[in-house]
Amino acid sequence: MVNLEVSIGNLKLKNPVLTASGTFGYGTEFSDFIDLDRLGGYIVKGTTLEPRQGNPYPRMVETPSGMLNAVGLQNKGVDYFIEHIYPTLSAFKSVPVVNVSGAKVEDYVRVCEKLAAETDIKAVEINISCPNVKQGGMAFGTTTHGASQVTKAVRAAFPGTVIVKLSPNVTDITEIAKAAESEGADAVSLINTLMGMAIDVEKRKPCLSTITGGLSGAAVRPVAVRMVWQTAKAVSIPVIGLGGIMNGRDALEFILAGATAIEVGTANFIDPAVTVKIVDYISEYCQRHGVADVNELIGAINR
Amino acid sequence: MKKCIKDFKVVENQRLHPLYSLLRLTPVDGTKLDGVKPGQFVQVAIDKSKNTYLRRPISINNVIEETNELWLLVRKAGDGTASLMETPEGEIVNLILPLGNEFNVTDKNKRVLLIGGGVGVAPMLLLGKKLKSMGVTPDILIGARSKNDLLELDAFREIGNLHISTDDGSAGEHGVVTMHSVFMSQWDKFYCCGPSPMMKAVAAKARETGTDCEVSLENMMACGLGACLCCVEKTVKGNVCVCTEGPVFNINDLTW
Repeated sequence: MVNLEVSIGNLKLKNPVLTASGTFGYGTEFSDFIDLDRLGGYIVKGTTLEPRQGNPYPRMVETPSGMLNAVGLQNKGVDYFIEHIYPTLSAFKSVPVVNVSGAKVEDYVRVCEKLAAETDIKAVEINISCPNVKQGGMAFGTTTHGASQVTKAVRAAFPGTVIVKLSPNVTDITEIAKAAESEGADAVSLINTLMGMAIDVEKRKPCLSTITGGLSGAAVRPVAVRMVWQTAKAVSIPVIGLGGIMNGRDALEFILAGATAIEVGTANFIDPAVTVKIVDYISEYCQRHGVADVNELIGAINR
Repeated sequence: MKKCIKDFKVVENQRLHPLYSLLRLTPVDGTKLDGVKPGQFVQVAIDKSKNTYLRRPISINNVIEETNELWLLVRKAGDGTASLMETPEGEIVNLILPLGNEFNVTDKNKRVLLIGGGVGVAPMLLLGKKLKSMGVTPDILIGARSKNDLLELDAFREIGNLHISTDDGSAGEHGVVTMHSVFMSQWDKFYCCGPSPMMKAVAAKARETGTDCEVSLENMMACGLGACLCCVEKTVKGNVCVCTEGPVFNINDLTW
């Protein structure tokens, strides 16, 4: 029997497979296809203090081995989440993590305070890396000062596990990771989407209403693996890896690069059952390689 | 049938037109195709195109209970649909289905007009069949560029009274659908699917005549499951997912 359990701060996950925020709804959208209880956890869509309508259509364009999106954090706000969504999540055994976004530091704090006061949510993922909002979002994630400010404030407001989600749109992601670590983050997750752009040459128009958007999917994977590898060496808190994971092999690439857990994002759109296949693959891989505990694989590349 | 991911075998691939194929599919595991509703769609995995990453949403054209067949009318729009159109008989395609809401039907409306343009005729066939089974014989108005672009006419003739308009006048009445004389009559309900300018023109006609009207949208989608929030349409309730709250909308809910 292989041990797949991993720890992120005080959070115990029965396996390292999580879902990436914004690609898995509130989880229930996928319950026709998979047993949600088989996942290590799932990260529900970006939640903000006030409801947000997001950006105008078109918000998506397919690109080589990936897609650009410009959703812009459409969500019904934290109060709606607490009142209507949170009660439905208690039916599942997997750990729900709430992804939190804001335009101001105070917004992050208030969302976290509400979650701490009114729910039993054990972990938050702090999104300082959304490229699709005008204020806040990525602005906090592209400077060490911004990352420190948000992490410090959230740390004081939320007693559970704090994961800080990092932007790849920086010169040195390890500096941002270290800033989050020094202000008390329990873990960092990376990468959020890479900023990109696509143009419809026949119409001479940008494909997205916002002109630029966030690139995700298999196309970004080597960039993400490299950043996870660099970051895992630079910090001593757990790193959660994501970016273009399409299958179990890809998930192991992140774990071997130094990720304690992984998130599956865009792949959910193509195969809504992919997450449980990844759990099975990791287990089978461990058996095949004589590995008794998945933790032995974290950062375990031969050089 | 419950929402599922399922392999289907291509029973027949009929090239109806240089730009259109009719794929007749049946579930490999023999699952009964019951409870699929007019207006719903499938998400098809595209495996053979190097340039295609996401699934393609295709509306359900017909369900044949006797042979357990699902029909998809595929129009070549880009590399993904071009590749799907070429799928040979006997090959397996993977679908997620059934997705989306449905056209609202009632036997109280007796004078019903179905309006389809281009690949938008696809959902009208299953809808017409449903209406006919409820004792309502629909009128069907199909718009196309020219005579050669009209599809599945025999199937439509079996379910209702067929009317045609073509942009070049090579078949039926000359002009766009909303210029057709069929609009001289009184109708209880319009159902429409086609290019956006056509649906907007039909919606305007509906408002002018006080006719109830549902349209089926095809905004660009990634997941089809309400998770990615990419295919949103601006409605009176704000931005909503076409894949889960649609694809069928009453025009009163739209901001057109």
